[in-house]
Order: sequence, then structure tokens, then C-alpha cells
Amino acid sequence: MRKRLFRMILVLTVALLSILALASCSEGGTEEGETPVYRDGDTVYLNVYNWGEYISDGGEGSLDTNREFEEYFNTYLSAKYGGVKVRVQYSTYPTNEDMYAKLKNGMVAYDIVIPSDYMIEKMIEEDMLYSFDVTSLENYKYITDIFRSPYYDPDNRYSVPYTYGMLGIIYNRTVVDESDLGSWELLWNEKYDGDILQFNNPRDASATAMYYLGIDVNSRNPEDWIRAIDKLKEQKSLLQGYVNDEIFNKMTTESAAIAPYFVGDFLTMVSEEENLDFFYPKEGVNYFVDAMCIPKASKNPEIAKEYINFMLTEEVAVANAEYIGYASPNSLVINSDEYREYMNTEYLAPTYDDEGNMITLGAYELLYDRKPEEVNAAYNALFPDKQSPACYRSYTPEIQILLNDLWEELKIYDSTETWIHVSSASIVAVVLGFAAYSIYIKKKRSKHYRKKKTK
Amino acid sequence: MKKKNSIMRSIAAAPHIFWAVLFIVLPLIIVVYYAFTDESGAFALENIASLPKYAPIFGLSIELSVIATAICLLIGYPLAYVISKAKPEHQKILVMLLMLPMWTNLLIRTYSIMAILDNGGIVSTLFFDKSLRLIGTKGIVIFGMVYDFLPYMVLPIYTCISKIDKRMWEAAADLGCNTFMTLWKVILPLSRSGIISGVTMVLVPSISTFYISQKLGGGTFELIGDTIERQFISGTLNTGAAISFVMMLLILLSLTVMNKFADPDDGGIIV
Repeated sequence: MRKRLFRMILVLTVALLSILALASCSEGGTEEGETPVYRDGDTVYLNVYNWGEYISDGGEGSLDTNREFEEYFNTYLSAKYGGVKVRVQYSTYPTNEDMYAKLKNGMVAYDIVIPSDYMIEKMIEEDMLYSFDVTSLENYKYITDIFRSPYYDPDNRYSVPYTYGMLGIIYNRTVVDESDLGSWELLWNEKYDGDILQFNNPRDASATAMYYLGIDVNSRNPEDWIRAIDKLKEQKSLLQGYVNDEIFNKMTTESAAIAPYFVGDFLTMVSEEENLDFFYPKEGVNYFVDAMCIPKASKNPEIAKEYINFMLTEEVAVANAEYIGYASPNSLVINSDEYREYMNTEYLAPTYDDEGNMITLGAYELLYDRKPEEVNAAYNALFPDKQSPACYRSYTPEIQILLNDLWEELKIYDSTETWIHVSSASIVAVVLGFAAYSIYIKKKRSKHYRKKKTK
Repeated sequence: MKKKNSIMRSIAAAPHIFWAVLFIVLPLIIVVYYAFTDESGAFALENIASLPKYAPIFGLSIELSVIATAICLLIGYPLAYVISKAKPEHQKILVMLLMLPMWTNLLIRTYSIMAILDNGGIVSTLFFDKSLRLIGTKGIVIFGMVYDFLPYMVLPIYTCISKIDKRMWEAAADLGCNTFMTLWKVILPLSRSGIISGVTMVLVPSISTFYISQKLGGGTFELIGDTIERQFISGTLNTGAAISFVMMLLILLSLTVMNKFADPDDGGIIV
């Protein structure tokens, strides 16, 4: 029976493997008619793929962007496209890399994706994006100048900016002294031993050290990355932990007092815990742009363009900016009084002195008063020959591998304690002793029985 | 064996075999394939050769899970004994109480430990004025392992003890053993197979856990599960597969050793 079972398993395995091999051979062939529907009679399905919590979705009385677009399109634009109706199929991803992997394997033909700058650069290099003159979109004129012709899309052929944000340091006013603010040095300040958080991913964590040390965050020189990780090793004993999303909980429950994070997320945290505050370190900070793109595989690029155009209209853009809480590159939003009012009441209100001068900034001022190039003036001056040096670029495979190794080293560094060795060793000793004892007893007994038998 | 009978048998076994091949054997083959190839798909031993640098992580994972397993056994054995000695109607309730935490998902339980014991959490705020720092220490990771895996230790031991013939207890008492000596000389040796499967069921998931160490360990140190996870996320599949492969070998090795101590009469509880 056992033999037969084994043979059966073997046969099945071989069969499955060959099915898999066949499937992978035919991958290049037709994939149309897979699970997602692109068109059903008169209805065209527009597949939008976005970050989680990154669009006004009708929750809490906000505008339901996607339903609004359907209504708008079906009322005003339908005739232009031969009477078709549009339905938006909306799904979300947690990271750029997830989105990239899903697009790369081509299972679903998305019509809209919203990746970050470095990912757009990579996708353009790999010819994954649909190219068109984005400036020809009617509402593109509302995008502010500094977000036109960005480094990742210098000819404005692939992307329309959606949001942007800058990194900074979030701190708890009740714990951190005012004299310690202003610099990345705060993350290395021994006074706050155990109160500091750091990013739990190699790129963002090493970037904090690189801005502090004045190193190019896109360096191709291994030495630079080694220096950055060494700096992080120095910091490790002061940290409460390396964290990702836990940062929200830890900062709002005042478990930790200092953490590097994005200004938009700070606004979310400060609406829960008012002791929190935020500053941009003087050495320079990362800033990112997330932009709307049309993947090359899109079945309806023309309708996707209408969608992008719709997202730039005042009502929609304001609703999205209010919902997300990140800064918007859309001048209609920036100049909207309603929006400013909303941000400074719902997220963070500014405070004034007796003469009406603002003492602490409100949400709107935090987001827009300082432009990325202004915050990064000192940093940019270190690298005069580079465009947007503070932005992450996709790195070379060599650096990727090196950084992985260095990150491992950092995690192993100073990570064990004597009591662990001692107690685990003594447990093993006890178990071995017990095993030896029971073997001894067994032997003794069997000897005893044998003696009895021979008697 | 009649022929008809054997056909019926293979039909009955077919779904499981199909399942096992698709989700156990095939993935194993894929892991081994990736462990011994480089990125281009050619045969390579570099992945395995690069493993010694992970020795400290392997060491820490094994040490922490050994400690956690020992604690589980120390708490779990008396508990299993007490449950099996209780009245039958109470036994049901006690076993249910033991299983109750498992009705909540492991991830959620771990996340709530984090929220409760964090220095901004309930315990620290109420009793320690937010000065208690537990999250991020190795101790709390061990606590998490014990908390999450204790039922896996208690249940096999409980089953084993309650299966022991009542007459054994009586015989031991008749021959002059007090309660402690009965436990030491009769019950403990007879429940060895339960202990061994309990130890296996706690040790193996503790060694390979990544969620507990990530959430409770504060990310300042890595266990081998975290390392594997990170390898797969960052796209270095081959190294990740090599670590998993070696991990499996280590576990297999330790199970084989443990099997040597299992009662040959009970046979094949593990592996």
C-alpha cells in the first residue's frame, strides 16, 4: 500500500508539473476573456488600481469620486464614445512593488495606476506605460509649475501628479525639548533613549542617515551605503523599534516620542493626539510624488484620459485632497478657501498670539508654506549637478543586493543577550541529562530482567 | 486484501493525495529548485554557501524557541494532568477554555498583546506610569510564543494521559506509590509520546514564526522567519528558498532525533 501511495504521488506530481510547464509556455498567447471584464454590451469597465485609502470614496459624507465619474461620463461624454456607459472597477495595493508585480505578470489590464516617482521611472524604462501628451488634457493647466516636467517624466508623456508629500520628524512636545529640534540629529540623541522609532525598511531607514550625513540618497558608491548603515548601528541601542504602520499606534498612544514620517500622516496622527508636532530637518528630506498613469495594457486609454482629466476638476480634487490629507499639486486645490478652512479645522488648527500672528502652523500651512526645493536647499546645494537629488531613484541591482546584506548586518548587530544563551543551554543540558538518565535506567532494568530470566 | 476494497481505498484517498501533491509536495519541489539555482535558473550552490552569515539568526531563533517550548512544557504538563484528573463534565469545560483563545486568529491575538503591553498601553499606563518597556525585548517574544502555542502542548499530553488505563493508577497505588511517585514512575513515562508530540508542535512553529517577533520584538532583531519573509519581499527568492531549505533540514533532523525517544509501540506520531 505504501509503495502504491508513493507511486501515485509521483505520478500526480509529474502530471501537475507538466501542466504547469504547458501553462507557462502558452503564457504569451491570448489572455483575453480572463476573470476581469473589460466590456459587457454597452458597458465599458474602467479598472482603477490605487493605494489603499487614497481616494475620496463616499465614506463619512465625502464625495464618492468613482460614482461621480460614472455619472458625469454617462451624462456628458457617452455620446462622444459611441454611447458606451462606464463602470469603474476599483482595487487597491499596499506598496509600489506589489502594484509593479501585478502589472508585470499581466493578469489584469488596468486602465489607471498611481505609482510613486521612482517606480514611474522604472516602468517607463521597461516600457510599461502608455505614452501621450499629458499637457493636452484640458485640466492639466491647473498643475503647479514645479510639478511639470519632473525628473522621472521630463517630457510630460506618461504621468499627471496626484499628490506629493515630504518626510520630516514627528515628535511629542511633552517629551522633546525645543532646543533639540531642527536636525536629523534628534534621531541620534541619547537623551531620548528608548523613545525613538525608525523605519523598518532599508531604503527609508538608510535615507534618514544619509540626509543627516549629507550623502546622496541615490548613491552608486557602496562606501556611502556602508557609512549610512554604520550610522544606523550607532542608533540601534537608542531605538524602541523598527516599525512600519505600528508608528500610528505608537505615536498616538505616546508609547514613543520621536519618529521620522510623512507630513500627511502626521496630520492624521495629530488629529488623535494633540501633543504631537512636526518639523522638516534642516539637512534635507525625501519628497515623493504619486502620479496617475495609464498602463500600456489598458483596453480603454481614451476613457482613462477622461478619468484623469476628471480627477483634476476642482470639486473632485478638493474632495480627494481633504480625504487623503496629503499635499496636492493642483492649483485649484491650493487656492481653494473651502479646502484651507477644512484642513485647518478637521486636521490641525493654527494658533495665534494676541496680535494675530500665527505661532504654530495649521495643516494647510504645514503642507504648502514650504516648498520641497526650499526645505531641501541645503541638501540640493551639495549635489548641484543633479535634478531633484532628494527624491529616491530606482537603484541598481548591485546596490539592491548590497543594501539587503547591510540591512541583515544591522538586524544581527548587537541582537543577543547572555541570559538567552545561559537559559537555553541549561534547558538543553537538562533534557540531555534526562535522556541519559532514562537510557541508563532502561539498561539497568533490562539487565535485571535478563538476570531473572537466566535464573 | 480484496481488489474492490483497494479501489475504494484509492478513491477515498484521492482528494487528499491530490491536495498533498498540489500544496505540499509541489511547493517543496519549488523550494528546493529555487534553493539550488541562481537568478537565471542555472544550477548554483552560492545560495547555500552564503548561509553561514545567518548563523546568529538561526542561533537566536533556536534558542528563543527552545526556551519557549520548555516554559510551555513546564506550564502545560501540570495543566494537562489537572484537566485529565478532573470530573468528565468539568473536563469538557476546561478543554473548551483552553481552546477558547484559538477561536481568535493568531495574528489578532499577537497584535492585541502588543497593544496591551506597549508602554502606552493599558498595563503600563495604569500600573507603571508609562515607564514599563516590554515590547522590543526578547522576553516578550518568548511570552508571545508561549501564549500563542500553549494549547498545542497541553492537548496532546492531555489526550495521552486520559488514555492511560485507570488500572495503572490503581496498580501503582497498590504497590505502594504515593501520588508523586505514581506521577514520576508511571504517568510520566506513559505520557512520553504526548510530551514529544507536544514539544514538536510548539517547537516547530516557534522556530519559524515571524509575526510574533516582528510585532512584539519591535523589529530590533530578526528571527529566521523574518529573514525568509524579507528575502521574498525584496525579491531575492533564491536566498530565501535556501534558508527555508536548510531550516526544513534542521527541523527534520531534530524530529528524527526526537523520534528516537518516542515509544516504539505508539509508533509514528511524528514525521
